[in-house]
Amino acid sequence: MLKDITLGQYFPVDSVIHKLDPRFKIINTLLFIMMLFAGNHAVNLVIGAVFVILVQGLSKIPFQMGIKSIKPIFPVLVFTAILNLVFIDTGETLWSWKFLKITEGGLQTSAFMIGRIILLIIGSSMLTYTTSPILLTDAIESLLSPLKKVKFPVHEMAMMMSIALRFIPTLIEETDKIMAAQKARGAMLDNGKLLDRVKAMIPILIPLFVSAFRRAEELATAMECRCYQGGEGRTRLRELKATWKDYCSLTVCGLFLLLIMILNSIISY
Amino acid sequence: MAILKTEGLTYVYSAGTPFEKTAVDHVELELEANQMIGVIGHTGSGKSTLMQHFNGLLQPTSGKIYLDNRDIWADKSRLREVRFQVGLVFQYPEYQLFEETVYKDIAFGPKNMNLGEAEIRTRVLETAQMLGIDKKLLERSPFALSGGQKRRAAIAGVMAMRPKILILDEPCAGLDPKGRNLMLHQIRDYQKKTGSTVLLVSHSMEDVAEFTEKLLVMSQAKLFCYEETNLVFRRSEELKALGLQVPQIASVMQMLRKKGYELPEDLYTVAQAKQAILNLLRKDGKSC
Repeated sequence: MLKDITLGQYFPVDSVIHKLDPRFKIINTLLFIMMLFAGNHAVNLVIGAVFVILVQGLSKIPFQMGIKSIKPIFPVLVFTAILNLVFIDTGETLWSWKFLKITEGGLQTSAFMIGRIILLIIGSSMLTYTTSPILLTDAIESLLSPLKKVKFPVHEMAMMMSIALRFIPTLIEETDKIMAAQKARGAMLDNGKLLDRVKAMIPILIPLFVSAFRRAEELATAMECRCYQGGEGRTRLRELKATWKDYCSLTVCGLFLLLIMILNSIISY
Repeated sequence: MAILKTEGLTYVYSAGTPFEKTAVDHVELELEANQMIGVIGHTGSGKSTLMQHFNGLLQPTSGKIYLDNRDIWADKSRLREVRFQVGLVFQYPEYQLFEETVYKDIAFGPKNMNLGEAEIRTRVLETAQMLGIDKKLLERSPFALSGGQKRRAAIAGVMAMRPKILILDEPCAGLDPKGRNLMLHQIRDYQKKTGSTVLLVSHSMEDVAEFTEKLLVMSQAKLFCYEETNLVFRRSEELKALGLQVPQIASVMQMLRKKGYELPEDLYTVAQAKQAILNLLRKDGKSC
């Protein structure tokens, strides 16, 4: 059934990382990305890997979940590796055939790139694994709030995101119902040729769109009845509050970044 | 002879997870042809889940369902035929309309049955007429209709398949009293005309008392009873314990009997009650 689809990637367990302020988690993730891109030496990857393992351990997220997040980008990995292998032409030639040439420099760079992308994905998926989508939107709203000064509709964007997230399960349930109703009228959904299958989607998509619009309109009316008028003067149910643990996590990430930068300057010197 | 039979029918939601819940528990049933059957039960008693088994939308966790003595899950490729023979109209069916015109929408089911164009046309027109859908409306978009008309168009879409068994899950929910009454009469006329079996899921005891011959009562995933409507309403104390009621008029008659008026038992519709009270008054008048 459609209900089995996991919503986002949130993996709810109780851990230190889960309890951190989502705003700090976003900033820490950005610092982590900077760590990986601070230099082109293997030392970046080693320290990055140490950092990822540390976070993974603290967050109590099973190791397989991290691996699972790499699967969808596997084609990107292969593509990057091949491009780097073929086009970088430095160092000793290891193998050549007609116009293709693989060099030592190419091999090194492609290995480095693969390592960097894998760490990048596992590391940043820690953010979505440990933070519920709603908290994430709250954090984004709070972090982007300085943009309000330049008239950027931060609150509205965040509200749109939370409404969209809120309605995913509702629409999935609705789809299940419509599918059952059309099956009862003999619609064939899971067999036939590709074109037939596409055509079979029409009896499901049209009622689904109609009902999505109807729900949107009802929600808009309901919000207006409750005098919703945007973010101005609005208080929240969950106030985001930073604790010493959050500042601690920020300091640790900052130190990691500093360490990498120092090591990089030593190596290049 | 029974056209639909279940044996030890059991369905468990989310088996093996902490959310495990038995929705239908060892139901044994035999439905006869050519009947109006009411289905009642408290919210969450498993009515809707049971109904979705009858046309093979849900596969039982254990137990069997026989349609014309054939196990419907024996050959999965023939499940579609089962769905043509057991029509199911969900609650608020108007949300499944999708075609450009009402005519095309009603014809969707018959078309899936691979019927000829002429046969489809007769069926659509006949069904529309039975449900009081004006001929002019057939060429309009279903989204331009009023709520009640949409409901009728959606029900017509299932009726036009001429199923042997038609299941209607609260076809009157959200209609005004006049619309309800009309709809129920049209459903009964359809049943009489086609000689099919109609299962009417309802929360209104008045409606099932007036329009059905037999009642299927579900309680906490189990089949509480399946017998003649008037026999079921005699067990008013038991029904109350299940969170169900007898029709209001039956309560009134019961109270009158307690006060010493000589009224017969088994009065469940307003029309019957009116006649009985008039008879009683006439008798009293003579004796005065």
